[in-house]
Amino acid sequence: MTRYLARRLALAAGALWAAYTVTFLILFALPGDPVSIMYGGESSDITPEQLAALRAEYGLDQSLPVQYVTQLGHALRGDLGTSVVNGQPVTHLIAEALPPTAQIAGLALVLAILAGGTLAVVATATRSRRLSGFLLSLPPLGVAVPSFWFGLMLVQWFSFEIPIFPALGNQGFSSAVLPAITLALPTSALIAQMLSRSLLHTLREPYVDTALAKGASRTRVHFRHALRNAALPALTVTGLVVGGLLSGAVVTETVFSRAGIGRLTATSVAAQDIPVVQGVVLVAAAVYVLVNLLIDVVYPLLDPRIVTGARRRTAPSAPKVPLVPVPAGGTR
Amino acid sequence: MSSLDALTAGERGPQPPTEAFVPTALDPNTRADQFAATSADRFADAVLEHEDGLTHRGPWRTRLEDLVRRPGLILALVWSLVIVVAAFAPSLLASGDPLAGVPADKLQPPSSAHWFGTDQLGRDLYTRVVHGTHLTLQAALTAVLVGLVVGALVGLVAGFVGGVVDDVAMRVVDVLLSIPALLLSLALITVLGFGTINVAIAVGLANVASVSRIMRSEVLRVRTSVFVEASHAGGSRWWTTLGRHVLPNAIGPVVVLAALELGAAVLAVSSLSFLGYGEPPPAPEWGALVAGGRDYLRTSWWLTTLPGLTIVATVLAAGRISRALDGDPGSNR
Amino acid sequence: MTARLLTITDLAVSYRTRRGDVHAVRDVSLHVDEGETVAVVGESGSGKSTTAAAVVRLLAPAARIEHGSIDLVGHDVAGASPRELQAVRGLLVGLVPQDPTVSLNPVKRVGDQVAEVLRIHGLADRRIAAIEAVEALRRAGLPEPEVRARQYPHELSGGMRQRVLIAIALVAKPRLLVADEPTSALDVTVQRQILDHLDTLTSETGTGVLLITHDLGVAADRADRIVVMSQGRVVETGTPDEVLGSPREAYTKALLAAAPSLRGARRAPTPVAADVPAALEVRGLVKDFPLPRSAGGGTLRAVDDVSFRVPRGRTLAIVGESGSGKSTTARLALRLAEPTAGQVLVGGDDVSHTRGSALRALRRQMQVVYQNPYSSLDPRWSVGRIVGEPLRAFRVGDRRSQQARVAELLDLVALPASVVHRRPAELSGGQRQRVAIARALSVRPDLVVLDEPVSALDVSVQAQILDLLADLQNELGVTYLFISHDLAVVRQVAHEVVVLQHGRVVESGDVEDVFARPQHEYTAELLAAIPGPRTPEPAASGLAQGGER
Repeated sequence: MTRYLARRLALAAGALWAAYTVTFLILFALPGDPVSIMYGGESSDITPEQLAALRAEYGLDQSLPVQYVTQLGHALRGDLGTSVVNGQPVTHLIAEALPPTAQIAGLALVLAILAGGTLAVVATATRSRRLSGFLLSLPPLGVAVPSFWFGLMLVQWFSFEIPIFPALGNQGFSSAVLPAITLALPTSALIAQMLSRSLLHTLREPYVDTALAKGASRTRVHFRHALRNAALPALTVTGLVVGGLLSGAVVTETVFSRAGIGRLTATSVAAQDIPVVQGVVLVAAAVYVLVNLLIDVVYPLLDPRIVTGARRRTAPSAPKVPLVPVPAGGTR
Repeated sequence: MSSLDALTAGERGPQPPTEAFVPTALDPNTRADQFAATSADRFADAVLEHEDGLTHRGPWRTRLEDLVRRPGLILALVWSLVIVVAAFAPSLLASGDPLAGVPADKLQPPSSAHWFGTDQLGRDLYTRVVHGTHLTLQAALTAVLVGLVVGALVGLVAGFVGGVVDDVAMRVVDVLLSIPALLLSLALITVLGFGTINVAIAVGLANVASVSRIMRSEVLRVRTSVFVEASHAGGSRWWTTLGRHVLPNAIGPVVVLAALELGAAVLAVSSLSFLGYGEPPPAPEWGALVAGGRDYLRTSWWLTTLPGLTIVATVLAAGRISRALDGDPGSNR
Repeated sequence: MTARLLTITDLAVSYRTRRGDVHAVRDVSLHVDEGETVAVVGESGSGKSTTAAAVVRLLAPAARIEHGSIDLVGHDVAGASPRELQAVRGLLVGLVPQDPTVSLNPVKRVGDQVAEVLRIHGLADRRIAAIEAVEALRRAGLPEPEVRARQYPHELSGGMRQRVLIAIALVAKPRLLVADEPTSALDVTVQRQILDHLDTLTSETGTGVLLITHDLGVAADRADRIVVMSQGRVVETGTPDEVLGSPREAYTKALLAAAPSLRGARRAPTPVAADVPAALEVRGLVKDFPLPRSAGGGTLRAVDDVSFRVPRGRTLAIVGESGSGKSTTARLALRLAEPTAGQVLVGGDDVSHTRGSALRALRRQMQVVYQNPYSSLDPRWSVGRIVGEPLRAFRVGDRRSQQARVAELLDLVALPASVVHRRPAELSGGQRQRVAIARALSVRPDLVVLDEPVSALDVSVQAQILDLLADLQNELGVTYLFISHDLAVVRQVAHEVVVLQHGRVVESGDVEDVFARPQHEYTAELLAAIPGPRTPEPAASGLAQGGER
């Protein structure tokens, strides 16, 4: 088991490094001159000499490979650069912005699992064709709704028309409700889709028939047999789900004028603040890698078919096991 | 986050075999023969054979009945037609000028004169939405094209060639997948700048990873099929097998994907233009229209609701058509 | 007076499909008494599996019981509510399903799955149920049941899993056991052991058995009464002696005539041509496969020092169970894989390490027919295009002559000319296999390798295909390398046989010699496992083509 863990950790570290390289390539190698992008290009009043000085300060007058190595070195020490807009260290900005986003993301995840999971279970367990058909038509609708529009609708109905929740800001728990619901919509649709597809597939498996032949009730089959098997492949999506929450926060926090990683990203992109954008993308990748690492550790505990090296299967070339002696000849 | 993720999300599960032939001693799920495995096929044969035992319906009647039973699909097709007309011949649907406004008519609710009402500068919202279709659709189509062409190529090569090429390509794809699509687009926008085309490229490139995963999975599934090996064993050259067997059988799901991706691209493009990275105002991109109506949310609901509903309808229609393509008996799965 | 356990009266079941309603079962009546085994025999579409499923009311969602009654020890199954059914299933009737690979929950321990039956019906609490489960596994013949009970299905072999399923079916001591083709997915030696064991268990407890099978030989061996079904109806019933000895109906007679274990040989007599290099010869063939790291690494020797010679115009059969290396040997002969050691000689030339265009040119001399006709043809191509593919690959003639050749081939395999524009999906399994054979013969190869060509087909269709193959060999003088696990089939088509076990040749020689006087105990075991009476009845030995016996 430890060897499996060590291997997974090494892979995770590798993935993180690769993500770093990709962001570097996009943000520093791709554009012709990152500095002029950051500082406004021709339309700004920065003189060419000042630009050159800035380049030297950022180390961008060096060759690309040198830049890469220098930046990587900094990053490994926790220094992700400084924001062009306000000069603050990127790590500081992100650390500040993370908690409010985590708040709505966490709440959204809980809501999404509850809503999506319940929908999938009810849709597959019910005997009513109509109910099942109706419920299963909801996820595509949930995915089709743009979250910025949905958020605005929520604000209109639950902030203005019926003033229950505040329309913006970071004050208190009630300000987190509407953003969380907005974030939860596409996520719950995704979870519902995945889980219901998985459940429908599982319920058609022959071992479900075996369970029914034992005299099990439909409920028992659904919850004791089907659900656990169906949930396993749905677990593999967790990384994507969390990533989606982070990226959804960009739009949601903009709509609700709420401070957090999302709004930080939005403003940084608008200002073409490359170091901050890089920092955010890195954090997103790190979260994804971490979540997947967690799932990789948990998954074998739930699915005994995954061989982690700790418990070996019987050798494939084992001959047929000698069986309990039976009376010779089988004819009646 | 797109519905594309829902499709690719299953990719981490059991992977298709990379080697067609596994010696039975290595496969604990082996059977002595495939009699049990083919029982469903043989039952279908028996049904075919005794067709006179069936109560028949003519082929055209069956197809028509199928269509009628699926009103959602008809609606989706009709809406898609409307959208296409709006994108390429907007004056057919809305004769006015989307940029010209009559200040006196500002912020009027929907009426017979202005179907969608007017905005804060007195411009007719319906006309703006219709003319905005061109921008949004152009961006979405470009995004799909970029994503599909690059992604399908990568997936095809990785799936067919296998080995080191496959490993390397999939490692890169995995890394790209670790960055949420929207964030990847945002990073690209940061360096490319704003505008519809840049948005389109950004969205397209962000989807390359998902598309290549799906294409690779399909190519692997077909490549390890018995009939592909049969073609090879029969003496065909590898490129004949690739072009005549693998591609036609692997392309079906990609078409399904294209339809789904179109809907996802519309969402992504309008999200980016909502955030302000699209064409600068007064261009009536759908996302920008919703953003513009935001300040008047309290008083003029139509400014945000109606363009938003247009987006929803378009994405829904794309998804519905994609599902119909997927379940089409003509496709071979 | 023996109790009547099961009475089915005028049962009719139909399926809703896109093209209309299929009447799978029509007016079927049968009964099973205490302590007796009733075998229901039929081919695909006969309705036998549907009938069995109806007894436990585990029909497919698209199926509907039109009319009829099913009385199970006084309980009406056909009209029962779900709650009533739950009380009956597992307790009064046990089901042994067909495919042990997929019929067990992969994430639950095997012992728990057996114990579940007792827990569901409240027959035992958790502790007692676990103990009972181990006992049930022991009774089902599973060695070391205490250890096995804690294992998961994927850690057990196919035969062991089927024993678990038997344990599940019998643990609550039901009055009736419904076994739906319980052994068709298993090796033949394991089949015999399982069926023997089932006999013992049920005769001890007086359990009635409804045995569904496609194999008339199995029915003859195991049943007190045989019910023959075809196209949803009961065609004939009687004791094995009656049904096999003096069949009344035409269908039964045809089934008997087609059953491989019950008929004689049909191969064409061909003299061995001397001084001509063998069509195929392999010497000391070895093939190693690297084992995945997760299973411990190392190598698996799938083929270990195999040698044989196939003279021109004759048929050599390679026989073995799963894991014997027969499929790997076939692939090495076809050079779809390269041998780790040893030689492959085609027409006298050493081709063991040929590559590239020389290898491709070689394919003109040897072609292959695969086991599964449902997956070996491209579903998007027309039959004409499929059959003509090798012709196009080797640029044999121009388009017109290729089309003419395709028509000729379709005629050769007794397919109507109109088939040339159809797609595989429109053809039956037997017809598809004929297409595959036509494709293999298109470039007039010297050697055709047939990998279990009839295993996925119904018995009557099997017989037709074997006849066709014998005819073609007679007419064209083509050489066959015939891979099979079914000795009964091999006896009909092969001149020589090679028996493989764990990758090694344990016996080889003339077919009749090996059958009459097996030298190796494994061969004897394989022979003893062939179901059906040992001496075919005179009426049932369908002699064809002046075949030898």
